[in-house]
Amino acid sequence: MSDQFILEVKNLTKDFPGVRALDNVDFKVRKGEIHCLVGENGAGKSTLMNVISGVYPKGSYEGVVRFKGQETNYKSTKDSEHDGLAIIHQELTLSPYLSIYENLFLGHMKTRFGLIDWDACLKDSFPLLRKVGLHERPQTIVSKMSVGKQQLVEIARAISQDAELLIFDEPTASLNDEESQKLLSLIREFKKEGITCIMISHKLDEVLSIADSITILRDGQSIVSFDLAEKKVSEQEIIKGMVGRELKNLFPQKEPDVGDVVFEVKDWNVYHPDYHQMKIVDNASFFVRKGEIVSFCGPMGAGRTEMMMSIFGNSYGYGASGEIYLKGKRVSFKNPKDAIEQGLGYVSEDRKTLGLIMIQDVKTNITNSSLPKLSRRGVLDKDLELRKATEYKEALQIKTPSLEQLVRNLSGGNQQKVVLSRCLLADPDIFIVDEPTRGIDVGAKFEIYSILNDMVKQGKSVIVVSSELAEAISMSDRIYVMNEGKIKGVLDRSEATQERIMHMALID
Amino acid sequence: MSNGAHIEQISFLGLAKQNMRKLSMFIMLGLILIVFAILTNGVNLTPRNITNIFIQNSYILILAVGMLLVIIIGNIDLSVGSVIAFSGAISAMLYNTGMGMIPMLLLSLLIGGIIGCFQAFWIAYMRIPAFIVTLSGMLLFRGLTYIITNVTPVALIDDGFKQIASGSLEIKGFRIAGLDGLSLLVMILAILLLSFMTFRQRNRKIRNGFSVLPFRYSVYKIVSLSALIIFVFSRFAAYRGIPTVSLVLFVVTVLFVFITNNTVIGRYIYAVGGNMKSAKLSGINAEKVMFITHVIMGVLCGLSGVVFTAYMNSALPQAGDKFELDAIASCYIGGAAASGGIGTIIGAITGGLVMGVINNGMSLMNIGADWQYVVKAAILLFAVFYDIWSRKKSGLG
Repeated sequence: MSDQFILEVKNLTKDFPGVRALDNVDFKVRKGEIHCLVGENGAGKSTLMNVISGVYPKGSYEGVVRFKGQETNYKSTKDSEHDGLAIIHQELTLSPYLSIYENLFLGHMKTRFGLIDWDACLKDSFPLLRKVGLHERPQTIVSKMSVGKQQLVEIARAISQDAELLIFDEPTASLNDEESQKLLSLIREFKKEGITCIMISHKLDEVLSIADSITILRDGQSIVSFDLAEKKVSEQEIIKGMVGRELKNLFPQKEPDVGDVVFEVKDWNVYHPDYHQMKIVDNASFFVRKGEIVSFCGPMGAGRTEMMMSIFGNSYGYGASGEIYLKGKRVSFKNPKDAIEQGLGYVSEDRKTLGLIMIQDVKTNITNSSLPKLSRRGVLDKDLELRKATEYKEALQIKTPSLEQLVRNLSGGNQQKVVLSRCLLADPDIFIVDEPTRGIDVGAKFEIYSILNDMVKQGKSVIVVSSELAEAISMSDRIYVMNEGKIKGVLDRSEATQERIMHMALID
Repeated sequence: MSNGAHIEQISFLGLAKQNMRKLSMFIMLGLILIVFAILTNGVNLTPRNITNIFIQNSYILILAVGMLLVIIIGNIDLSVGSVIAFSGAISAMLYNTGMGMIPMLLLSLLIGGIIGCFQAFWIAYMRIPAFIVTLSGMLLFRGLTYIITNVTPVALIDDGFKQIASGSLEIKGFRIAGLDGLSLLVMILAILLLSFMTFRQRNRKIRNGFSVLPFRYSVYKIVSLSALIIFVFSRFAAYRGIPTVSLVLFVVTVLFVFITNNTVIGRYIYAVGGNMKSAKLSGINAEKVMFITHVIMGVLCGLSGVVFTAYMNSALPQAGDKFELDAIASCYIGGAAASGGIGTIIGAITGGLVMGVINNGMSLMNIGADWQYVVKAAILLFAVFYDIWSRKKSGLG
């Protein structure tokens, strides 16, 4: 019985101060299968993987973890790697200024007489890179490659140690559709070679296309496991298991009610901040109407984020040029402060390093952009501040024990709502949101879509940068398609399909 | 209470636990005072000695306030010792022209501010790391001090200047039961003001519908802070009255507690220190905030230079040597984070007092500077270790 399962977790309970992250979890993975783990943010998926891989050492949890029939006794990930269990984290753990092959063998360098044998490392890196389908010179510095390629290095590093079980923690979260497809087929390759894979994902279409089994976690408990060989499951069933209720629609209804053009950008050009001759955005022009949601789609590296950030007060790049018209008037934004004061809002795709101040509490994060408005002659009205923060906490349903809670302790979806609150409190007319639903769960996504819909209902305009085509198509009135720094075309809601967008971006 | 205000139900122990990190510094200071009281047979708590502790540490505490802002914003200032020597020498020279105290003080602050602007320009706008700018400032202003003083002390023409440090506030002949009347009067006013403010704040919260702690905790707070006020002022009253320098220190402390807690610029300093990129995208002019922070540090160096010159009763070319280290240590002992974004003025003052009380106690025991260094090193390491450990434990790390 137990040799059929490569990994068995029984009655696992893990407590953090004040929270029970895992509550009596049972979890079994068959040898050689692809097992997907789904659940809302904060459901305990990452915690479970961290227990299995020894990030949390034996003794810090209750319950039994058996790997290859043996009860594990890991003191750190070093022990689990040695045992043939490797985890590829959501956040990349490469050393950015080292080369590919230096990263590959970091921690287990080939040595001769105690000295590193660089030639052996270099030689051994070729088959690994071939295996993961990465066509780069091993000497390439990893920070110069795209996130997708960096992830392949991470995977190559994991398999270099003869892993029998690979754990992927949201591997496609920061990849575009094409890169995601590549990664999924790589995982299928691994399966053929007999490597067992566990994948955590928020993207249900991916899960359904690849999984042999699915386990759903909710609030730290294992809710249900499906064996797809026995019975097909639908997205609806999985979502129901995740949120504990049935979501009728993944996207809220939006009634199109658009007015005149309020925001227009003409001939926008931006160059790379370090390589000044490298054009990142190339003669881009677009406009947004009042009450409209406009999406920008395109593959990773198309220049969407860079364009938005450079428009938002020169927050990116070098030598930005072009014209911006706000309500028909030519304007320019020296810095983000200027842009905010003139009615722009920007929610970054990277909420941890660009959106929030993780060591500050919820209240402070909400009010940071609006302090001058909440003060008189430089002195803050703290009562008003608390009232405003409470108002937004309730309006956006931010789940937090109190406003004094540090934002780092909130789940991804709630953190995103804090960033949205901060921008909304500053009362923008043009609201730019960059990957607003990245890495957050289905329930919170729906709420965020509703917030954006409410904004346009109030006559504001929203610009969404999104890598999820389904999201862009369902949410927006119009879709601009970008690639290689150029705007390749624009589609109306009625004519947009995933295929047309991809076609426009890649072929036209 | 109809509009939603509610009283948090929490036991005394629970509340103490929640605030353990905040309280631990005060407990440490109290313990150190008690340990030295035992070791010195109570000499360290005598009126004369308590007054001395304030006078001897005032210039470091003033620096610690400025340094705290610099540390919160994520920088460091190594130049403060040299800037003090420079501004101290200039203040002595200005005073010797006979211009009078007030113009001398204002000009000294201005010179500190100009020095602050100079360094702040390189740090905030030219983006040279503060460590490097102020390291060079440390050399530059020491050198300039030697040049303007010819490496000889600047003597003061009369005793007026030194009143800033060793003088007392007094009303001639106003004594009650052999004690200084003004100290007692201020003590009573302070307690009344404290009680009034505490209750007013609580009532405002209730009116606004925010949750408040039960009434008895307000009473505990007033009683414990009153005990502290009575302790300090009764010492002052029994010796020479309120030292002028403690008034200076008090004004600086209150001003900057207010700035850090209640003003936009104060909150911007925390935001920029907490995450500069995010602060910028939130619409904060991070360069300007950083500039202002270093200018404030410069002005406080100017003030500290005047106080130190008054304390030494002359301006010494070597003045301020290693003061930067004491000021930085005060902030860290007081709970500031080396990575920026975290720290309080009261913490820095308490940290400075911890070091001051140790110096003072060991001097009273005739233990030399050699062992004082060793003990201070241990306290610094332990305090920061405790801070990091407790932060990790409570999930704030």
